[in-house]
Amino acid sequence: MIYSEKVMDHFANPRNVGEIEDADGVGEVGNAKCGDIMKMYIKVNDGIITDVKFKTFGCGAAVATSSMATELIKGKPIEEAMKLTNKAVVEALDGLPTVKLHCSVLAEQAIHAALSDYYTRQGVDPKAILGDCPPADMCEI
Amino acid sequence: MDKRFVYADNSATTKISDAVLEAMMPYLKDYYGNASSIYSLGMDSARAILRSREAVAKAIGAKTSEIYFTSGGSESDNWAIKCAAEVGAAKGKKHIVTTVFEHHAVLHTCEYLEKHGFEVTYVPVDEMGLVHAEDIKNALRDDTCLVTVMFANNEIGTIQPIAEIGAICRERKILFHTDAVQAVGNVEINVAEMNIDLLSLSGHKIHAPKGVGALYMRTGINLPNFIHGGAQERSKRAGTENVAGIVGLATAITEATKNIPEKQARLSKMRDRLIAELTKIPESRLNGDPVKRLCGNVNISFRGIEGESLLLSLDLEGICASSGSACTSGSLDPSHVLLAIGLPHSTAHGSLRLSLSDDTTEEDIDYILSKVPRTVEKLRAMSPLWERILRDEDIDAE
Repeated sequence: MIYSEKVMDHFANPRNVGEIEDADGVGEVGNAKCGDIMKMYIKVNDGIITDVKFKTFGCGAAVATSSMATELIKGKPIEEAMKLTNKAVVEALDGLPTVKLHCSVLAEQAIHAALSDYYTRQGVDPKAILGDCPPADMCEI
Repeated sequence: MDKRFVYADNSATTKISDAVLEAMMPYLKDYYGNASSIYSLGMDSARAILRSREAVAKAIGAKTSEIYFTSGGSESDNWAIKCAAEVGAAKGKKHIVTTVFEHHAVLHTCEYLEKHGFEVTYVPVDEMGLVHAEDIKNALRDDTCLVTVMFANNEIGTIQPIAEIGAICRERKILFHTDAVQAVGNVEINVAEMNIDLLSLSGHKIHAPKGVGALYMRTGINLPNFIHGGAQERSKRAGTENVAGIVGLATAITEATKNIPEKQARLSKMRDRLIAELTKIPESRLNGDPVKRLCGNVNISFRGIEGESLLLSLDLEGICASSGSACTSGSLDPSHVLLAIGLPHSTAHGSLRLSLSDDTTEEDIDYILSKVPRTVEKLRAMSPLWERILRDEDIDAE
């Protein structure tokens, strides 16, 4: 198995690691049994994601996809973040080994979970905007 | 501490030793003859194979005629198990006894046989990673044709009561095979005294090259061939001999078994220092028995982190190690060995195996000890699972 240089860079120097204490939305996906959990914190101002942080328990690809996903949505309007796909994360990382593609799905879901929490806190039904999220606790997606 | 390269994955493979390379070189360059050829260049190769066979036999207390060279541990396991099963089936005996935590070369071979009409009993191991001879005895049936139990476990290093199991099998006249790939050179082995009928060994775990191994087959046991073709290996294993590899294996096994007690003393001291220091890390545990353990094996789980990111982080520091996490096992589940000794998935994901060899120095141990605790801390700091462990949540309830 080979990781791209970008994956190794994001693993060795992950961007946006940490927590946001007064976050506007927090999402957590994955579980301990499968070996990966991602937790995303977002700060939203005027419809823009002004800050994003993550914490991840998982393999190199899980850390790298979390890191890349936060970079891709930071400073972007919510509508754009909503449309972020796992494919875009994979492309931005110059690819992932096939067995690691589920990590990128988890990153997409973590962002959706944080956005969903944001909408819920705003008193808006997240399902109306984000649709149904696929179950995030399967080991293989 | 200055950055250095520390290879601590000797259970995966080892570096070819200088003595092995030197012994092999003539057979890679000048003595390239086919050992089956009649001219002197061929006979030189044939003689080298004979000398090598004597050396391998001597190292495990076997007779020269009982050693057959193969391509490695997996082939030897496949030969022993599938062909012993074939012999058993011809007598109407289609039951095999093994353990839950064998190497995949044994486990997957047994699973293959299950698909072909054999019944296999997978004897459990205890929480220390030891097989109980009594449990093997209780699993035996009138139609048992083979017992196969590994000599020492490749992940957690536990050494099994092979002589005891051998005695039980001999008494019941049931074939006994052991995968001794990890044990050779680390544990004294005498196949005659231990009542072993079949034994698999591999070169690349003891500083010989990859792609060479051997099967010991006790006199009187005449398993059918596994690889069919030419008359090599006294018509038991076809394929032009890997002469240089065979010479390398013989040199390596002679070196490795020259003074096992001295090696055990040197390596177990370093092993125990690693274990003592690394288990000081909070929420860590040693996997496997602390005493009945290979002298170079350390296997520790750190809760709240995942093994592959630990390995990648250590690699950035120059340390090569391995893990039993799902991500490194190539499947969705963590190591079957760690699950077999009762670890919850989450703890099994955070395992680290360090395996030492003759090349390992005290400075390497110092270096590992200067890097691992810090790396674990760094990964825990970014782990949402670690937060939950700190809050005393039951993370395995899901």
